[in-house]
Amino acid sequence: MDAAQPITAADGTPLKKKLAQAMFRSKLRATGLVVPLLAFVLASFVFPIIALMWQGVYNDTFERLMPNLTEELRVWDGVSEPTEDMYAMLVADLRQNRADKTIGKVASRVNQELAGTRSLFTSTARKAKKLEPPYKESVIKTKKKWGELKVWQAMKLTNQSLTPGFYATSLDAVQTVDQGFVMKEDKRQIYTKLFVRTLMISGSVMLLCLLLGYPVAYLLATLPLRYSNLLMIMVLLPFWTSLLVRTTAWIAILQSQGVVNDLLVWIGITGDDSRFSLIYNMTGTIIAMTHILLPFMILPLYSVMKTIPPSYMRAARSLGATPTRAFIKVYMPQTVPGIGAGGLLVFILAIGYYITPALVGGQDGQLISNMIAYHMQKSLNWSLAAALGGLLLGGVLVLYWAYDRIIGIDNMKLG
Amino acid sequence: MLDGTNPFVRFRNVQKSYDGETLVVKNLNLDIEAGEFVTMLGPSGSGKTTCLMMLAGFETATHGEIELGGRPINNIPPHKRGIGMVFQNYALFPHMTVSENLSFPLKVRGMSAGDIQDKVTRALDMVQMRVFGDRKPAQLSGGQQQRIALARALVFEPELVLMDEPLGALDKQLREHMQYEIKHIHENLGVTVVYVTHDQSEALTMSNRIAVFDDGVIQQLDDPVTLYEKPENSFVAQFIGENNTLTGTIESLTGNVAKVKLEAGDSVKALAVNTDGKGSRTSLSIRPERCVVSPKKVAGLGMLKGRIEELIYLGDHIRCRMNVAGNDEFIVKVPNTADQLGLEIGAESYVGWQTDDCRALDFKQV
Amino acid sequence: MSGLTKKIVALAGVSAFVAGNAVAAELTVVSWGGAYTKSQVEAYHKPWMAQSGHSIISEDYGGGIAEIKAQVESGNVTWDVVDVELSDAIRACDEGLLEEIDHSSLPAAPDGTPAVDDFLPGTLHDCAVANIVWSSVYVYDSSKVRNWNAPKTMADFFNTDAYPGKRGMRKSPKVTMEFALIADGVPVSEVYDVLGTEEGIERAFAKLDTIKDDVIWWEAGAQPPQLLADGEVIFTTAWNGRVFNAVAAEDQSFEMVWDGQIYDLDLWVIPKGSKNVEAALDFVRFSTATEQLANQASWISYGPARASSVPLIGTYHDNPAIKMADHMPTAPGNFANALQNDFEFWADNQDDLNERFNAWLAQ
Ligand SMILES: Nc1ncnc2c1ncn2[C@@H]1O[C@H](COP(=O)(O)OP(=O)(O)OP(=O)(O)O)[C@@H](O)[C@H]1O
Ligand SMILES: [Mg+2]
Repeated sequence: MDAAQPITAADGTPLKKKLAQAMFRSKLRATGLVVPLLAFVLASFVFPIIALMWQGVYNDTFERLMPNLTEELRVWDGVSEPTEDMYAMLVADLRQNRADKTIGKVASRVNQELAGTRSLFTSTARKAKKLEPPYKESVIKTKKKWGELKVWQAMKLTNQSLTPGFYATSLDAVQTVDQGFVMKEDKRQIYTKLFVRTLMISGSVMLLCLLLGYPVAYLLATLPLRYSNLLMIMVLLPFWTSLLVRTTAWIAILQSQGVVNDLLVWIGITGDDSRFSLIYNMTGTIIAMTHILLPFMILPLYSVMKTIPPSYMRAARSLGATPTRAFIKVYMPQTVPGIGAGGLLVFILAIGYYITPALVGGQDGQLISNMIAYHMQKSLNWSLAAALGGLLLGGVLVLYWAYDRIIGIDNMKLG
Repeated sequence: MLDGTNPFVRFRNVQKSYDGETLVVKNLNLDIEAGEFVTMLGPSGSGKTTCLMMLAGFETATHGEIELGGRPINNIPPHKRGIGMVFQNYALFPHMTVSENLSFPLKVRGMSAGDIQDKVTRALDMVQMRVFGDRKPAQLSGGQQQRIALARALVFEPELVLMDEPLGALDKQLREHMQYEIKHIHENLGVTVVYVTHDQSEALTMSNRIAVFDDGVIQQLDDPVTLYEKPENSFVAQFIGENNTLTGTIESLTGNVAKVKLEAGDSVKALAVNTDGKGSRTSLSIRPERCVVSPKKVAGLGMLKGRIEELIYLGDHIRCRMNVAGNDEFIVKVPNTADQLGLEIGAESYVGWQTDDCRALDFKQV
Repeated sequence: MSGLTKKIVALAGVSAFVAGNAVAAELTVVSWGGAYTKSQVEAYHKPWMAQSGHSIISEDYGGGIAEIKAQVESGNVTWDVVDVELSDAIRACDEGLLEEIDHSSLPAAPDGTPAVDDFLPGTLHDCAVANIVWSSVYVYDSSKVRNWNAPKTMADFFNTDAYPGKRGMRKSPKVTMEFALIADGVPVSEVYDVLGTEEGIERAFAKLDTIKDDVIWWEAGAQPPQLLADGEVIFTTAWNGRVFNAVAAEDQSFEMVWDGQIYDLDLWVIPKGSKNVEAALDFVRFSTATEQLANQASWISYGPARASSVPLIGTYHDNPAIKMADHMPTAPGNFANALQNDFEFWADNQDDLNERFNAWLAQ
């Protein structure tokens, strides 16, 4: 038979086509079944993430609320002296915003670009109604700052709705009108440091969880049922207590007048006046987070270990391997899917933690999520929060990709 | 055995309890000679695996001694015992290829890469699996996995190999084929094999000797022929092969011939093998193929009246179920000979046997 | 639409109208929790509910205007009255997130002085009416025997030679940086001028550097009294009401150092689009009357925002021996060297200084 000839079904249609026809109906039904879920996931997950990403690069507050000045700023070169027209349009827009009670939004937006301009806008807007031409003169008279070029440059930058500025800020750089992107001076750099620290702390927490969780999961999987059930309850117990309570408990245990230090003093390991600082620093953050995230490591490990019959270890030993060697060469490789799943889970959760670091972190236990929360809740700079979140998400995706390349995503078992 | 020299494997007064309340193995005594193929046969839960695990070192004996090559091994950890083992579910390491599985025991023994390569190839050849070296166990069929497990247990040339129901997961045809192969390998290599199964035909075909287990006790330890022909108690008689049982009371004993009064009223003669003497109750064991069916009494045979209940034509013989002395499960295998007996369902007939073929054993209610 | 359904719709409309007037409103009043909310419940909520027939659901929050903004911008406003800090009130008002409050509708003082004259300067704003003056101070535990003299000044807080040990401070540039400058010798009247310059900021950080290794940073208002009680710190900055509560209600022997205190306001605001604006306004008017403000002061040591309330301040509700007037930030003995928080400065510089503060922390 000619190899190139397609195989045909009994009625002469090519087999491939026939198969596709036969599959079509069942595919249609399957699609129908997942449509609600798909819609739900799109609406509640994918769409908000896209919206968030979009917010990190797009902020039209200024363009929307200051339409007249926007026109002028577009044509302005950014370095020459601002013209009378620009001042006139500024006054017109300020009046309108004052009337609409939206001046606070404009002020906040420009203040993000140049600190100290918020009150400039709100106070001048209050007086805008009474200002007379020539506007340049009268505006500068209300506040000298209006004559400064950097205020106008800040407005020109905020006027740009689609902006890389927030991502630049997230990486400790600033966008300038005339020099492009410039790194901030050293003592103002914060976000890159926090990103690095977040990754390091999350990594340490992940490793500690693995170190502590592995033996526990092993016991869970191998102990007789009545003991393992008890142990399982102990593992799950933290889930039934609120995060805040658990964190506070760690404070009571680790603080310098706390249980651990008291014990160490009592034993004589340290003196009463040289107690260890175990909390309000990175140590405390790592300890508390490890405890809180431990179940997320133990459960996937347990679910993998549970499926490994004891006969593998026995086989290895009967073949001459010492218990250690059998464990390392035969048992551990089979738990890799659990290690991968637990590790990824803990790492990703750790990256997003902020309540615990806020309470026990002190000055060097601060994580990037604390800054995101700050910009979400306090400074209301949602665009910057979005940019920081976007970078974090990007980082996680890169790690995920790396994991896939090294270990393989299908080689992961969550439960 | 009883020749005074040390046997290769010796269980001496071994007892085992998991929970401290019940004995799973009760006072086990078993000697195995080098090169022997010994099978532990018994119903589920009778303690076979436990014995095997004690020998391999994964369970410790609660009492008694286990010796290997004349040395007590109670305190030697499993990996130093040098015993090959084939598990029921094969226990091939899923993350290693077939070759890696086979080289594992050689690597832990610190052999050179070249030697390892040689031995692995030879072991794969032995089970005709050479081309599968690079596959993962999950990519093999059940029978193929079985062969690899066998090759792995043998590749480091142990003197003793333990197999715990290695063929349990295979279908009948493959199982029979593998039985033959394992027996072959055993004969070629001359290793000592302790084999566990609860399939009696497997035990009969493969073994030099069979230890029949029940309830933690070896009921009988003998070669297949003896075991089949001369069961020493009712359990063995019933467990090995097909068997008819009649119960009664011993009226008199003359030499080793007992006169037994059956519960239905008749008296028969039987070979007294395992009885408590005159007046005691006994179970008589008669193999179906040792019975004859005849319309008339035949001289020299013990004969009882019976009624034919069912006939099944099986080609080489006819399986005839009868009601004899109140037992309506009495089976007779009638050879398919030229002179047909004209068997008919419902017909009254005599059934008879040689006195030597009717063994009076310990009483056991059926 | 058939005649019958028309009638039903009309009826439903009428009954809804009736309900809107006659049936009691359920007001959601949001505040900071703990002893502070309790003082409001006792002095405002209970009497108002008894008088108006409306009911109140009291909710806690952690400050900031994120939630108000989210509610207003999504059009789903569930909070009716919120207790906010001054800078937040101004900012939210500028962004159009709050209802305006007509000052002339606020109740006059008992002697007839109109509200606008009776309220302390700077306590009335377009969208907000202050109810209390609170203060950031620092505290020590006088029951713990130490070999030092009781601290007296803000400079003592920063003096690690004379007062070795850990100090608690709020993890925020606000107040912290002012404290640093005051301790460094800047007169309270010039603090914000100095802080408005680059050198001033450097100076504040330089002063903070001297104690950086000795600081335990707190974030929630309940933390500092706990830190002090546990002996984790020898001093801690704190909100004066929380400290008072620990002393009066929990028998702690905490002593406040009023030198260099920074006082601020808490104000009532009504999120724009509240479904119970009328009731909310009524509640604000009721609770900021002279008598109610004075009553609140017997539950917690925050000063009333009206001049006419001050003479009416009584004793602690639980202990007639404690004269509340002595514990107010505004009491003459406490007020000698006080600084009012400059909301405008912080509105302008909060984001920037916060970034620098965090960078400084991370160094
Ligand atoms: N780890 C254990 N803990 C407690 N009891 C056990 C354990 N292993 C086996 N037993 C008990 O010991 C008895 C003998 O078990 P064993 O596994 O030796 O039987 P077996 O003869 O191999 O049966 P099978 O043919 O079903 O494999 C059984 O009653 C079993 O319940
Ligand atoms: Mg078994």
